[in-house]
Amino acid sequence: MSELPVWAALLVGFFALAGSLLTLLGCLGLARLDSFYERVHAPTLGTSFGAIGILLASILYFSVTGQRPAVHEVLIVIFVSLTTPVTLMLLARAALYRDRAEQNGNVPAAAFGQDVVVEAPADPQA
Amino acid sequence: MMRQILPYPLLSLGMLALWLLLQQSLGLGHILLGTLVALFAGRALAALEPDRPRIRKPLKIIQLMALVAVDVLRSNLAVARIVLDGRHREHHSGFLLLPLELRDRSALAVLSCIITATPGSAWLEYDAMRGTVLIHVLDLVDEQAWIDTIKHRYESLLLEIFQ
Repeated sequence: MSELPVWAALLVGFFALAGSLLTLLGCLGLARLDSFYERVHAPTLGTSFGAIGILLASILYFSVTGQRPAVHEVLIVIFVSLTTPVTLMLLARAALYRDRAEQNGNVPAAAFGQDVVVEAPADPQA
Repeated sequence: MMRQILPYPLLSLGMLALWLLLQQSLGLGHILLGTLVALFAGRALAALEPDRPRIRKPLKIIQLMALVAVDVLRSNLAVARIVLDGRHREHHSGFLLLPLELRDRSALAVLSCIITATPGSAWLEYDAMRGTVLIHVLDLVDEQAWIDTIKHRYESLLLEIFQ
């Protein structure tokens, strides 16, 4: 392993720290924000520039030390940004469905048609 | 004949590039294996018979990517500040129902990725009948400003690219 020059070490340190700081703030937000819909925003810090910062640091470090031409980290960014909306929509629509069915919060009604709400059968023991 | 072997040349090329990047190698074996994977992926997609996205202005994609990168960075900082402020500062989150002109499926997918990747806004629900999308915004100070941003910055570009 070859030596890492100072300028590269500074840049790598900066990107790694910035990325992890953003990810940490995202996690904090997940714990601190009030409603479900607010909390879904926080982890996007980690999936956007949190991830990009750490991956930039990784690309720089491995490219400069010449262990390998490192660009395949780019794929992680692409896959993460392509797949985040899928999980997010799944979670959000489940939450919307629940809130509309239970009529809690001021959730906007379905724009078209109506969700079919299945009532749980009454408890026979009662 | 060409159509049958390579129904989606760009996709297959992308798959080959992806394979080589993952293997970190340009060896003949990996190229052959990657080509096999790429050909199979093209055939598999063709079997699903998706709408073929027509990209009219490929150069605009670069402009869109630059725009998105800047916006994502800015909103990263904005959301980080909201999290740090915690409960000391009032922020108003809210829902936003946005009418869209975009109908192209691929373009809508791209727009949902952009809006979701940007911290502070989340794409919740698209209504294909009315062409509206429900978005949740963490810091909804000015509703109209958000509508303008999404419609003028992203949607107009996507319309140019795809339709």
